[in-house]
Amino acid sequence: MEKIICACGHENPFGTKLCEKCGRPLTEEEKNQKVLDMRYDGTAIRSKTRNKSIVDKIWNFFSSVKVGVSLIFINLVAASIGTIFPQEFFVNVATEAEREIYYEETYGSLGKLYYALGLSDVYSSWWFQILVGMLGISIIIASLDRGIPLHRSLKNQRVKRHESFMKRQRVVAEGSITEGDSSKTLDLVEEQMKKLKYNVRREGNAILAERGRFARYGPYINHVGLIVFLLGVMLRLLPGFYVDESMWVREGDIRAIPGMEGYFIENEKFILELHDNEKTEAQIQQGVNAVAKNYQTNVKLYKQPDDALPGQTDNLELVKEYSIRVNHPLQHEGYSLYQMDFRLNELKGMNFTLTNKETGEELGDVKVDLTNPQKEYVIDEQTKVDLLGYYPDFSGFKNGEPQTATSNPNNPAFIFKMTTPEKPDGEVSFVAIKQTIEPNGDNAYKMTFKSVETRNMSGLTVHKDKTIPILFVGGFIFMLGVAIGSYWNHRRIWVEQLQDGTIRLAAHANKNWFNIKKDLTAITEYAHLPQFIDQVEKENDEEGQKEKEGDNTL
Amino acid sequence: MSLIDLSGNLLFVAFIAYLVGTLLFGGAIKSNKPDGAAKRADNWGKLAIIVTIIGFLAQLGYFITRWIHSGHAPVSNMFEFTTAFGMFIIGAFILIYYMYRLTALGLVALPIALLIIGYAAMFPRDVTPLVPSLQSYWLTIHVITAALGQAILAISAVAGLIYLLKAVDPKVKSRGRFWLEAVLYFIVLVVGFIVVTVIFRSMGYEAVFNYVDKNGAEQEIIYNMPAVFGMNDYVLLTDDVMEPIAEMPPVINAKKLTVVFWSFIAGSIIYLLIRLITRRRILAILHPLVPKINFNLLDEIGYRSVLIGFPVFSLGALVFAMIWAQEAWGRFWGWDPKEVWALITWLFYAAFLHLRLSKGWEGKKSAWLALIGFAIILFNLIVVNLVIAGLHSYA
Ligand code: HEM
Repeated sequence: MEKIICACGHENPFGTKLCEKCGRPLTEEEKNQKVLDMRYDGTAIRSKTRNKSIVDKIWNFFSSVKVGVSLIFINLVAASIGTIFPQEFFVNVATEAEREIYYEETYGSLGKLYYALGLSDVYSSWWFQILVGMLGISIIIASLDRGIPLHRSLKNQRVKRHESFMKRQRVVAEGSITEGDSSKTLDLVEEQMKKLKYNVRREGNAILAERGRFARYGPYINHVGLIVFLLGVMLRLLPGFYVDESMWVREGDIRAIPGMEGYFIENEKFILELHDNEKTEAQIQQGVNAVAKNYQTNVKLYKQPDDALPGQTDNLELVKEYSIRVNHPLQHEGYSLYQMDFRLNELKGMNFTLTNKETGEELGDVKVDLTNPQKEYVIDEQTKVDLLGYYPDFSGFKNGEPQTATSNPNNPAFIFKMTTPEKPDGEVSFVAIKQTIEPNGDNAYKMTFKSVETRNMSGLTVHKDKTIPILFVGGFIFMLGVAIGSYWNHRRIWVEQLQDGTIRLAAHANKNWFNIKKDLTAITEYAHLPQFIDQVEKENDEEGQKEKEGDNTL
Repeated sequence: MSLIDLSGNLLFVAFIAYLVGTLLFGGAIKSNKPDGAAKRADNWGKLAIIVTIIGFLAQLGYFITRWIHSGHAPVSNMFEFTTAFGMFIIGAFILIYYMYRLTALGLVALPIALLIIGYAAMFPRDVTPLVPSLQSYWLTIHVITAALGQAILAISAVAGLIYLLKAVDPKVKSRGRFWLEAVLYFIVLVVGFIVVTVIFRSMGYEAVFNYVDKNGAEQEIIYNMPAVFGMNDYVLLTDDVMEPIAEMPPVINAKKLTVVFWSFIAGSIIYLLIRLITRRRILAILHPLVPKINFNLLDEIGYRSVLIGFPVFSLGALVFAMIWAQEAWGRFWGWDPKEVWALITWLFYAAFLHLRLSKGWEGKKSAWLALIGFAIILFNLIVVNLVIAGLHSYA
């Protein structure tokens, strides 16, 4: 592409707006501006110079700040949609069909629509992920598009700038000094600028004082941080980087830990402690009886010996004992086990006595382990009880058959066959909580319910996330970048002394004009410079409150 | 005096100081009459900022004594968090004041903080014990930093509001005039909420209901205002109080809806009275009160406070929040509504900053954006806390 040759003789790449060397405006548009657009120091930005191939077009699309801001807004709206009704993972039902019913029953037809449109699981939907992906691409391309030329122009700055550049800066001053010897003026300026911690360069009768240039890199650094973070999140999709499983362990049980090969965990005890405070006003209003103080599971972590087969539980080696509490997970080899949930007083066993209905004579006790019931319970040679049927979560009859809703012993029911010396053929009885059915008429014996044994159950989640360090680095770079970009700013002051001793000054700050004006006031006083003016402010005052329609392209 | 009483008194002192401060800032409005008014105004301004600082220190005293008393940072319930937010807004105002020395900011920042603290005081004020997941110092760090960030961001809305109060002409019909009046009307509704709550509280109004919640369990609930809307399958247990007019389905908390209803009524009455008595829009009343100001400076303050607040907010509401969530639940992000709205706030202010890169988004438009940003912050504080969240309770 053809070069643009400036009046000063410097060759600029196509698309340059301000000569890289002397700062003269090169385009008609810039020549007609009262104040130059200094955002990228007028360098040639790729997206503004090429628009031929399809690659160029895609590049230009993503590098546009307008598109970037639109993408941010679209992501924002999409994220907010997911908070209208609770997302699926907060809804405690097991199957898809139940979920559909849940949304409709709880939230009416809007809920049904919400579910049907897939909005009940927005954040894992393909279109949401594509939106986030497009935001990421936009950040990368926009940063490359502008960052590289900006870096080049900041690095190659010349001290002396052309009059047409100086006069078109936002803050300018021109005129003779107000007092003293004009041959000393530049020395005074240099001295004072150094005091104000500016980097001062002097070439003949021109000075460029600069401070905080690194602040210009802030946005680029923070964008890098964001990209690192997003990449970290994407890495979780690869196997081995991320484990997220949950498990239930009952007190006294040893169970294999899902996702953590070769390890077992024993739940020794689950502890729930409550605050013993007086009920507060808020508690009374919300009908909350007690506030939990601690959820804790005392566990033992075991490891299989190296030569063991999967699932083999003998010869387990104890690795450590720990009390898992909320905010205090058990950590081992990159894995963490968190206290997530609990269930109190789950039925563990039921004790019955085989009793003669008429005399009340007791023939013996039967203890049914609800998680591991036996087929028969022998009391003596002629007396035994067979368990013909076991329904851990009895939910009623269907076609005369007892049904169970789940395999958890929430509402156990049994079909017993009682064999006694008196009734050697056995009597059948259906026994559920508060309900006994004797299908073959009146029995002579019954299973009298004596007591239950309960135990608690802990819900734990197992996590491994190798991406955490990457996310941490990303977050750190991001924070570093925003801090640099926000709390520091880039200020430049160009001063030139003309042949006749008069001063021409121009100043630019990428933001925070308030501060640079303070600096300018200081050197103006110290070196007796002519008073500076803010051309934008002047213009605003002249125009009053009229809305300005600037060009929105960037 | 016990520590907790001392704490309450300090908060009261702070409230009074902010009230006096507001009046003093009003006195600091410069007039153009050549009779030494400008100098007097300067003195008023100095006095105003001193009183504000005294109030801030008193409130800091409230915060610290309450912390010592309860053993945890007082940011764990609606009253505590909202009060702290008001305090941080004052703090952020003082910070920005010393950067730009613009007294007009105080004229808007202080009343907003007063309203926020007044709003907070309508919630139960006693010390609540902490549930396990909140017992983490990361939570304390996270909440305080996030609230501080929001408070600094809020200053941009303060600057924006002043900008618009001055820039929107109350005599000319425009969309700007309509929406700005709507913002002012909303502020009056908040006053309405405080007024009805105080009235019914001083009457000791109480109506007890039984109702069936969405899990089918029977619950009891106490209304402190006449129940306009009844909970699902309600049974009124108190004698001689109003029967609800309409029954709500279980997903709607009819008690809160009732509060909204009464606040709306009271606020609207106040608004209408103001309009009838003064025969002017609130905008027209306030427009001449706002001193002559340099629009560029206000715009700069609005932008600058977003620049200062954005990193603080990012650190508190995202980085520290993720660290805490990682510790408590083993996942740094769970798409919980509160988290999502923090993300939305962050995205919004990112968009704000990027829009400033294009020409034409300074001044008025930027001022409107700052108001919208503050609306999102308030939405997260009020609606998300009271309406959307609380759907899953293991927190
Ligand atoms: C959530 C995502 C993003 C965040 C948090 C973010 C953050 C930032 C911040 C804090 C700044 C500095 C603003 C200022 O100092 O006024 C900035 C500047 C910038 N951002 Fe982003 N950004 C995001 C997305 C994007 C996207 C999608 C684009 C694509 C067009 C983009 C392009 C830019 C550009 C061109 C700048 C100006 C750089 C300069 O001043 O040299 N950003 N960004």
